[in-house]
Amino acid sequence: MKKTAGAGLAAVMAAILTGGSALAQEKVVNVYNWSDYIDDSVLADFTKETGIKVRYDVYDSNEVVFSKVMAGKTGYDIIVPTSYFLSRMIAAGALAKLDKSKLPNLINLDPELTGRMAKYDPGNQYGVIYLWGTTGIGLNRDKIKQRMPNPPANSLAMVFDPAVVAKFADCGVTMLDAPDEVIPAALRYLGENPDSKDPKVLEKAEAHLMKIRPYIRKFHSSQYINDLANGDICLALGWSGDVLQAKTRADEAKNGVVVQYLVPKEGAQMWFDNLAMPKDAPNPDNALAFINFIQRPEVIAKISNKVQYPNANRAADRLIAKETKADPDVYPTPAMLKNLYTVTPNTQAEQRLFTRIWNKVKGAN
Amino acid sequence: MTGWRPGWREAAILLPLAWLALFFLVPFLIVLKISLAEPILAQPPYSPLLVWPEGGGWPALGARLDNYLVVLQDDLYVRSLLNALRIAAVSTVVMLLIAYPMAYAMARAPKNWRPALLLAVILPFWTSFLIRVYAWIGILKDEGFLNHALMSVGLIDQPLVIMNTDWAVHIGIVYSYLPFMILPLYATLERLDLTLLEAAADLGAPPWKSFLQVTLPLSLPGIVAGSLLVFIPAVGEFVIPDLLGGSDTIMIGKTVWIEFFQNADWPLASAIAVTMLVVLVAPLALLRRGLHG
Repeated sequence: MKKTAGAGLAAVMAAILTGGSALAQEKVVNVYNWSDYIDDSVLADFTKETGIKVRYDVYDSNEVVFSKVMAGKTGYDIIVPTSYFLSRMIAAGALAKLDKSKLPNLINLDPELTGRMAKYDPGNQYGVIYLWGTTGIGLNRDKIKQRMPNPPANSLAMVFDPAVVAKFADCGVTMLDAPDEVIPAALRYLGENPDSKDPKVLEKAEAHLMKIRPYIRKFHSSQYINDLANGDICLALGWSGDVLQAKTRADEAKNGVVVQYLVPKEGAQMWFDNLAMPKDAPNPDNALAFINFIQRPEVIAKISNKVQYPNANRAADRLIAKETKADPDVYPTPAMLKNLYTVTPNTQAEQRLFTRIWNKVKGAN
Repeated sequence: MTGWRPGWREAAILLPLAWLALFFLVPFLIVLKISLAEPILAQPPYSPLLVWPEGGGWPALGARLDNYLVVLQDDLYVRSLLNALRIAAVSTVVMLLIAYPMAYAMARAPKNWRPALLLAVILPFWTSFLIRVYAWIGILKDEGFLNHALMSVGLIDQPLVIMNTDWAVHIGIVYSYLPFMILPLYATLERLDLTLLEAAADLGAPPWKSFLQVTLPLSLPGIVAGSLLVFIPAVGEFVIPDLLGGSDTIMIGKTVWIEFFQNADWPLASAIAVTMLVVLVAPLALLRRGLHG
């Protein structure tokens, strides 16, 4: 979900340059999306068809877009927050309800996925699933093999079993800097409910994380893409699309690094990035037109094929490249899907508890 | 004789005062206000300072000191401040040791060389700070230039783990802030009256003695200015520890970022910022009074 800052800066510059020259009567939609998260031709097609110009900005962390929205008056019509951030924005009253009568293409959305998303957005009133993914294991095949001929590659044991992860400490192990991702995964590994908010259960996760802490080089939510691609680390608990992007970068660089992404057999947390509209969006009608356009099967399929994340549109399934659709680590099989979990958003008090545990784990060494 | 007439003199004093009020005092008061609030899920994400009762009347003051209690009670904040002070202090000393000889050599270089040398010091600013820090990742990482070079010479056979440690943070800070140490040192050393050194030599002082008793004391203003110029921003540094440091490198700037962005706890982040300001500015103000008093 997090991408490089360089692309972000370039896009912001572009937005400033183009933004200044826009005419007042021109129809525009201001889109704020993750970097490297769209097929650019889609934007051109939208403008060609509707006459609405797209001003496209990118960000590389949920935290940044959340803080901007909380401060108000972002000027954006479309933002793409991930599940739990969407739910916090809804709770803060920062988003506008979407007028479903203007979004006929939502009929194709997979009820299985929208049902899961309803945990964060009851009744799916504020967000439309854009793309989704899982939190799993990214690894450097050869470096792992050298250190362990038969690794439990598709298991959380890779990062949570102290005896296993210790073998990889020298070639670099990282985890997301996100307590709401790592703590549930640790609970899942321990056989506890990953959605637990019970302080006693969370204590178990903390105690276990302390056991593997010496073998973790860094907690960071974006550096691991480049580090995996360059061979600077060999194991990461990270987001599916990021690891697949590292794989693409390594393939393109032809540096001999083979990156793999695996969904843990114990189950993984699934996350959804949602098209949503801030309450004070300046062009709400254009925003709805944009969401509806994106949810056309051929449009969203084009995006999925480009960025390698699955979408939630069933009518788009047949348009997805065969090798992407056949890869269960990108498009989990129905059996795997049953094993994927979501977590309930934290209350303010729970958030402080998660943060305290997280600070203790990160600061220990 | 005549009434008060504003002249250039007054304008010259008012302008910096207005500047300070607008760009320091006002933002500080806003931060102070937020630090007294309670975090809530709303736009903006903190409770209002004045709560107006329904049906009119005087507003109630919604200020609370809870956030300051959290800052003082949870040792994370004290630890990250001490850590930041330590890293900044060590980096400042290292910079002084590197910058002094450089500034000295520049000040003593032939006059027609000096602009070129000065340009060489400033030249890195032409590249984005962020890109220069990223470049250090390329140098220091396991598969980076430094490790490749050392391994190909045979000095080491396992890559040195420098990236994601305090070492990398020190290197990054020293590299990034070095020009700010060199420039004030150069300015004072260049203006140094060389006849004083001649006098010292005439009176029989060996070079080391005239350095210690003449040059060093006279360059003290440059040392103080340069050290403050690098120490203060280094304490609050966020980008360098984030990119080069490990997860156990907790510095106060990073901690503020986490509270503000990751936890959306603006009041707590503001309380940390105010505490940090007090810790940094109070000793400086005392120092100034000591110097002038």
